[in-house]
Amino acid sequence: MPGSTAEVRARAAAAQSAAGQQQIRAEPRALRESRLRRLLNRPEFASMSGTVLVFVIFGFAAGGSGMFNLDGIMNWSQVSAYLGLVAVGACLLMIAGEFDLSIGSMIGFAGMMVAIPTVYFHWPISLAILFAFAGSMALGGVNGYLVMRTRLPSFIVTLAFLFILRGLTLALSILFADRTIVSGLGDLAAQDWIARGLFQGVAFHGLFSWLGQAGLLRTLDDGQPLVPGVPKVLLWWFALAAAGAFVLAKTRFGNWIFAAGGDAVAANHVGVPVRRVKISLFVFSAFCACLYAVLQVCDIGSAAADRGLEKEFEAIIAAVIGGTLLTGGYGSVVGACLGALIFGVVQIGIGYTSVPSDWFRVFLGVMLLIAVLFNHYVRRRALQAA
Amino acid sequence: MSSGSTMGAPAADEAILALQNVSKFFGTVIALSDVTMRLRRGEVHCLLGDNGAGKSTLIKILSGVHRPSAGDYFVDGRAVRFDSPKNALDLGIATVYQDLALVPLLSAARNFFLGREPRKKWLGFVKVMDLDACARVACSELAEMGIGLRDPHQAVGTMSGGERQSLAIARAVHFGARVLILDEPTAALGVKQSAHVLRLIHRVREKGISVIFITHNVQHAYPIGDSFTLLDHGRSLGTFTKATITKDEVLDLMAGGAEMRHLTHALQGEPARGAPPELP
Repeated sequence: MPGSTAEVRARAAAAQSAAGQQQIRAEPRALRESRLRRLLNRPEFASMSGTVLVFVIFGFAAGGSGMFNLDGIMNWSQVSAYLGLVAVGACLLMIAGEFDLSIGSMIGFAGMMVAIPTVYFHWPISLAILFAFAGSMALGGVNGYLVMRTRLPSFIVTLAFLFILRGLTLALSILFADRTIVSGLGDLAAQDWIARGLFQGVAFHGLFSWLGQAGLLRTLDDGQPLVPGVPKVLLWWFALAAAGAFVLAKTRFGNWIFAAGGDAVAANHVGVPVRRVKISLFVFSAFCACLYAVLQVCDIGSAAADRGLEKEFEAIIAAVIGGTLLTGGYGSVVGACLGALIFGVVQIGIGYTSVPSDWFRVFLGVMLLIAVLFNHYVRRRALQAA
Repeated sequence: MSSGSTMGAPAADEAILALQNVSKFFGTVIALSDVTMRLRRGEVHCLLGDNGAGKSTLIKILSGVHRPSAGDYFVDGRAVRFDSPKNALDLGIATVYQDLALVPLLSAARNFFLGREPRKKWLGFVKVMDLDACARVACSELAEMGIGLRDPHQAVGTMSGGERQSLAIARAVHFGARVLILDEPTAALGVKQSAHVLRLIHRVREKGISVIFITHNVQHAYPIGDSFTLLDHGRSLGTFTKATITKDEVLDLMAGGAEMRHLTHALQGEPARGAPPELP
């Protein structure tokens, strides 16, 4: 029987490929080439092939280890989602031609802006969250304003903020709380319906319980499903990515983002408000960092002064793997999200293999280098007279 | 006010733009001194001069970047004072600078509408860019200029210099230019591409648009121009219609025309009339 199934499959495949060839033959050659070119020239192309490659590698290396069971998937996708949040902001800002190196420090600072007012001044946690968003976005605005006003490279200005914010986080948490880790926020968040509803824990718990009872999901001894639901950070990531991708590709503001990064002088000449575009993206980048912090604080139940360390680099790496040019004017939100996905899969997946996890950074660095080289090749192609 | 003109300039109602005794000083530097010129409706007016003759200062005044230090600027016979290029643009005076204000990595369609994106409602409530309309209009406007776009979504960086120039001009025309100021449009182009741009200028004139064509290349200016204003060291040497001046005379008037002829003669071994004495 298996022999005959294989035969049928082979025949079907042959028929399919014949049909495909006919279709291709019917198209003019130039059009076919331009479609191929267009696919190759898409900024996401590298990250798409990278994602496939990473999944194939880990499919072989860790296929039997539980990495691709539901709980394993939730494991690495959650890591990807957290990084993905800040990668969306970093990617849009990079396309507009600027960097934000203060993302990581902003995560730590925003976490403390939630934790200290809640624990030490007994604010309702939802108010503290609002305060953190307002504060972070104001700081992002300051970042952007300084970059625009001084005309210094954003690299330097935000590098300064990387240190200022990290230092302030430490100094202020010592000053107000006399410690660098503030805990006890999990219960407070659980009692606040806004914090619990939007930021804490998992969604679709009912569905997962039902699936567990129906025997479709693995359950614990008490009958609860092993995976209680979809972590809310994943939903936030999808929502943010979808919104970012939509704005970039379909709206006027998206056009301005590309133009501001591609050639700010030309964009200015035709009336694009380049300063406003860039400053609002600095604000958005800070918003993403704050969202990261809020989700993390609500979920872990504590804030710490060293949270978000090196996240600015990871976000930039994800964006670059996703095809965003370091020089601006070119890139994709979907690509950056795939970059974040690759990041999570490799970081967590390496633990499922026999490879020591020390190799993670080596792999990451090599991946980054390849991505940058490939991006610049793609850019040259995109600018080459056809 | 044109009665006092010494150049037989047309009456003010015939002139779409006019500068009357305009000067521009930057500190103690005199960039333009007492320049008078008129742009008649529907003509191609060439602004000729060597580097440093004051061409760029003049177009910056015309396009509203600078205000004249002295003298008057008339549009449609009415005196104007522009605070920014936006004011000039609102009156239909569009300038295509040498950098063309195009973003190389952005597609032709997106560049065409950059800063003035057409929008439509998506699902009835979200405003999105109408990319189909962008592509359609960009294609048809460029076709009008004699450029067949392979793909309106191709990056501008992949287009040739002439095609880019056409895109920038087509964009200005589409957005309602009555006066088109072209800043050295042929400076960076090869022979064929330059010829294409000259044809383009002709096509724009046929649409009834008045053109100011800035160049230092008489070979490019003479065939297409209806009248010529020559600048030298910030002063106008006068405006001439094509009927009143030959190409050689234009060359002569431009600083360097006589020098070029002396050089030509010297290289051919013939002593030229009025040539500087040869070195012993």
